[in-house]
Amino acid sequence: MTKAERENFWERNRKSGGYLLRKRVRGFLFRFARAVLLFGLCFLILQPLLNKLAITLRSDADLYDPTIITIPRHFSVESYKFAWKIMSASTAMISSMKLAIAVSLCQVLSSTLIGYGFARYKFPFKRLLFGFVVLTIIVPPATLVTPLYLYVQRIDFFGIIKAIRGEALNLHGSWVPYILMCLTGTAYKSGLYIYLLRQHFRNEPKELEEAAYVDGCGRLRTFFQILLPGAVPIMVSVGLFAFVWQWTDKTYSMVFFPNTSWTLLSHSLYNIAGSIEGYYRSLYGDAAKAPQAFTNQITAAGVMIALVPLLIIYVIAQKNFVESISQSGIKA
Amino acid sequence: MDDKNLEELKDMEAEMVTVEESAEEIAAVEASAEGEVVTDVFAQAREDAAASLASAPGPKSKKRHKDLAHGNAIAGLLFVAPFIIGFLLFLLYPLGLSFAMTFCKVDAIPGSGLRLTWNNFDNYNKIFRVEPEFTQYLWDEVKRMALFVPGILVFSFFMAILLNQEFKGRAMVRAIYFLPVILSAGIFVGLESNNALLASVKDAAKSESSLSTITTTLENILLTGETGNKFFQYVIDIVGQVYDIAMASGIQIIIFLSGLQTIPPSMFEAAKIEGCTSWESFWKITFPLIGSMILVNVVYTLVDFFTRTDSQLMTLFDQTLLQRFEYGKVAAMSWVYFMIIAVILGIVMLIFSRRVYYYD
Repeated sequence: MTKAERENFWERNRKSGGYLLRKRVRGFLFRFARAVLLFGLCFLILQPLLNKLAITLRSDADLYDPTIITIPRHFSVESYKFAWKIMSASTAMISSMKLAIAVSLCQVLSSTLIGYGFARYKFPFKRLLFGFVVLTIIVPPATLVTPLYLYVQRIDFFGIIKAIRGEALNLHGSWVPYILMCLTGTAYKSGLYIYLLRQHFRNEPKELEEAAYVDGCGRLRTFFQILLPGAVPIMVSVGLFAFVWQWTDKTYSMVFFPNTSWTLLSHSLYNIAGSIEGYYRSLYGDAAKAPQAFTNQITAAGVMIALVPLLIIYVIAQKNFVESISQSGIKA
Repeated sequence: MDDKNLEELKDMEAEMVTVEESAEEIAAVEASAEGEVVTDVFAQAREDAAASLASAPGPKSKKRHKDLAHGNAIAGLLFVAPFIIGFLLFLLYPLGLSFAMTFCKVDAIPGSGLRLTWNNFDNYNKIFRVEPEFTQYLWDEVKRMALFVPGILVFSFFMAILLNQEFKGRAMVRAIYFLPVILSAGIFVGLESNNALLASVKDAAKSESSLSTITTTLENILLTGETGNKFFQYVIDIVGQVYDIAMASGIQIIIFLSGLQTIPPSMFEAAKIEGCTSWESFWKITFPLIGSMILVNVVYTLVDFFTRTDSQLMTLFDQTLLQRFEYGKVAAMSWVYFMIIAVILGIVMLIFSRRVYYYD
């Protein structure tokens, strides 16, 4: 503020009877309080992550040094190398990546179609069917784990397969049943995606479809050319959720992909403490126990390894996903 | 599984229908609340068509009318068909089997799966009367829900309003706030608590740092007064859990934010010109228009809360299943849990959907 401006400000303040100053101070206090609050909560969210990062970068000597609280004295990436090796991350990463991409694409495809059907058409048993969608959301995974596990071992689709092949199909450890479940909107969290997309399509103006109908546009074309472009941001969000949840999922992938057939990153991360223990036993005999601080460090490194791809995808998708919201604001 | 048991199974599936009906009721409640919004998409167009054909012979226009509605129903069913097929093929049988297992003694037979032997309500009897932890955990879970769900909703609504304002570095702050969507997913949350070895490390770390925190000190000061202790206790509990709440509210913030941004700014302008303060326009414009998002968020938060993988109850399920192999008991426990979730969700939806205002 130059001198002239400052004088002008006091002049204006005097004319307004002190109102201008009060308004400025109030505005400043509000912004200050908001900044403190936002910063504090951002720190709260980031702190565990930074803490893990600090632990993983310590060398062995630093690990047992009580004077080091956060920043290590001797930087070392040994923990990452060890965690990478013990999780067999190079193969696990690729298979997890393939599976998560396939699953998220299928989930987005199926939930968009189904969500649109529920949002915009009237058909018999609609409420009952949507009730089933809600049902698939609220069933706890524990209810389904054992029956599903048995079911994929002997799939016969009400005797149809049995009639054709003479015996039931064993799809245990194969990716086919899970992808089929994703394509039919009955897999992990599918119901939620259907619900989200249904809400989205319900909020679209009906005039869009009516105009298309009057212009002689068919139902499929209306969907693909008129409604789909507007749904891209929410589809990206759903795809991101599906990817994240598949990447970190343990329960369902243990049913469909038991450890023997595919190594998934979530499995090796879940078993990491056991692997470290096993490694120590193989080195120093059966009585050996891995030191706790070391186990903790390697686990943190494992979590970071599993997190990095998610963070990269998040940063790429984030723009679309955060800004998508403001676009829908402009439309309304 | 022999034929006799299969027969029993089929009976069970028949009983399943009643269960599914309750889920249907939930949907019906919701649908009736939102029913006014989903009028037939093509109603207008159909009326136009009927009007233009009014001069034409009667039967022909009637036929045309019927065809369009019929076509819409078929198109709708085709869009939804994948779900119907998937539900029939993949979920009906496992759900039925799981429900049947609650009434049976289940033994694992190596090589050929499970053998179910009918034993009436023995499993239910056991989980309520013998199992010491189940009822207690169940009650704890419901109590935690009463604490957490309102906390998460208020927090995420508040954060969404803050993040909707203009300030420097908004994009970055938003990105950080949505980070919990990743950080609180699946395996990352349960890693410490589900793993016996890591849990012991965590306990050791906890007992070392038993220093009093700011919140406990503040709690002691505030709780010396006589009045309003219950309320203070509630607020303090929430503040103490703020990390858990922040981690659980990533998606809720996104949903609220998207709702906030669909409110046309012209409304606020008009209100301001009429002399409305921002406090008033919050309660008269923002709050009613965000109503449908509140409903979505309540449902999402409840479901997310009850099905999270690191709760005591889920750990109990896992233990019973993977260490003690008591399939029947796990099935009974999870069905009881499932029923309780369905009832709570139904009640909450009933309360909220009555009050939601739809702007159309």
